[in-house]
Amino acid sequence: MIVNGISIDDTFAEAFAMRGTRLVITAHTLGWARTAAVSMTGFATSVIGCGCEAGIECELDARDTPDGRPGVAVLLFATSSSELTKQLERRVGQCVLTSPTSAVFSGIASGRPLPLGKTLRYFGDGHQISKVIGGRRYWRVPVMDGEFIAEDTAPMSDAVGGGNFLILASATSQALAAAEAAIEAMRRVSGAIMPFPGGVARSGSKIGSKYKTLIASTNDAFCPTLRASVKSELGPDVGCVLEIVIDGLTEDAVRNSMQAGLRAVCAAGAAGGIRRLSAGNYGGKLGKFHFPLRALLP
Amino acid sequence: MSDLVLRLRAAPAFRLDLSPVTPEKLAGQSAASVARMPLACGRRRLPLGEWFDVRGDVGERIVIEGDGTRLDRIGADMKDGQIRIDGNAGAYLGIGMGGGRIDVSGSVDAYAGCGLSGGVVRIQGDAGDFLGAALPGEHKGMRGGLVIVGGRVGDRAGDHMRRGLILAEGSCGDYCGSRMQGGTIATLGACGSRPGFAMRRGTLLFAGPAPVPGPTFNDGGELPLGFLVLLERSWKELPSRFATLARPSTRVRRWLGDLAFGGEGELIHWPG
Repeated sequence: MIVNGISIDDTFAEAFAMRGTRLVITAHTLGWARTAAVSMTGFATSVIGCGCEAGIECELDARDTPDGRPGVAVLLFATSSSELTKQLERRVGQCVLTSPTSAVFSGIASGRPLPLGKTLRYFGDGHQISKVIGGRRYWRVPVMDGEFIAEDTAPMSDAVGGGNFLILASATSQALAAAEAAIEAMRRVSGAIMPFPGGVARSGSKIGSKYKTLIASTNDAFCPTLRASVKSELGPDVGCVLEIVIDGLTEDAVRNSMQAGLRAVCAAGAAGGIRRLSAGNYGGKLGKFHFPLRALLP
Repeated sequence: MSDLVLRLRAAPAFRLDLSPVTPEKLAGQSAASVARMPLACGRRRLPLGEWFDVRGDVGERIVIEGDGTRLDRIGADMKDGQIRIDGNAGAYLGIGMGGGRIDVSGSVDAYAGCGLSGGVVRIQGDAGDFLGAALPGEHKGMRGGLVIVGGRVGDRAGDHMRRGLILAEGSCGDYCGSRMQGGTIATLGACGSRPGFAMRRGTLLFAGPAPVPGPTFNDGGELPLGFLVLLERSWKELPSRFATLARPSTRVRRWLGDLAFGGEGELIHWPG
């Protein structure tokens, strides 16, 4: 399959079941809401080493937030509910509670509730105040700039993690330009995030390693510098490969996000230096969600 | 919606206990069997038909017409359905209610919403003393639900209140929120003496004239409280003047107390 001169591999992205939740972080200004969200979703690129994968889903107008202040929606994903609970408490406690003027609310209507303000309230040392408003419990925790408002719980949702595609380009600048265009398009899709730096990963991994202590190692088949020494997937015209990984609250969110990204890359076409589009999978044996690239294009 | 209508022929000589008259307790009965149902009246138990004309079908809603000033315990322990009272109601309206809705077009006597744990009680007239309070000897008053009063509220509203919300569009009597342990009472009118007396926790919100706190309340000064936006927004759909409350700022004056009882309660003055 060729789209705008780009060869689309007959392969699929293999994704896994995860647990996810959405939070709405608000603050006095959008800038401070963003600061809290960036801090909370930092060091959350991969469950392999970070415990969770997280990112900013979108920015919210003051009219669309519970407390009428500008805000940011963030998504958080983990492989288990217990890990998600742990990451939620740590990240909100260390990065949102501490951020000036912030407040945090759940962004999902229903699901198994995970503790949010329920545990953070103890920071109030007995001076915290519970308020049930409109059927939802909130905690008012006294802090040095006033009160930190946190919803009692945040519902958890079944989620999908690990959707992905690979951009194979002639050169670094062309791969970067295509990846940036893809990310810009994908950020307009709700319910999904791209957890890697800037949404893009250059260190795609394969399962296992020659070193017994490592559970993952470099995806040598897609490393241009190893073209001559391993069973490479790269032809002589490919000089740079970048990967975009997607986590979403639903299978559709991941599919729509992938589709938006793939279409944005294809719009650049072969003239933009893009040679192929591929995806990572494990033969379909590990993840129950499969996203064939050719079904998502044109 | 099918209605069962109970029209009071004349005010009873004694107080009547209407606690058996809720949609769920009457479910499956005909109008005739409802008319034969015994009601407690003093030491006697007499059929409901002695006082009421009964018409319609038993369904989700019961309508009570006439001067119900001596009709006590209407909607007691109700969990679901609706009761509409076209007129006044007696004491203990909605006592122990866990769900459903009661609308009163007139005024009610003492202990309305007493021990309420859920549902909505709307009183368009005045409410007597001990609105949303605990019964004497009990330690928990209202513990959930919503009470809206269009007129004046009597003394000791929210006594021992634990959770829930009371919205008083008129004034409140003395000792409003006394011995309160949680929940919120908001008023658009003036407040009597010693608001929040012996309160441990909870919020008294004065959106009209400023309260005069007792000596065991400390003035915390003026400060912004973000949760007020959540409160204000949650009232937008209510059949109440609170729905149109529009405050330009969340900057309020706040007193903490009762310091003789832990001091974690708050009086908030939120002027327009």
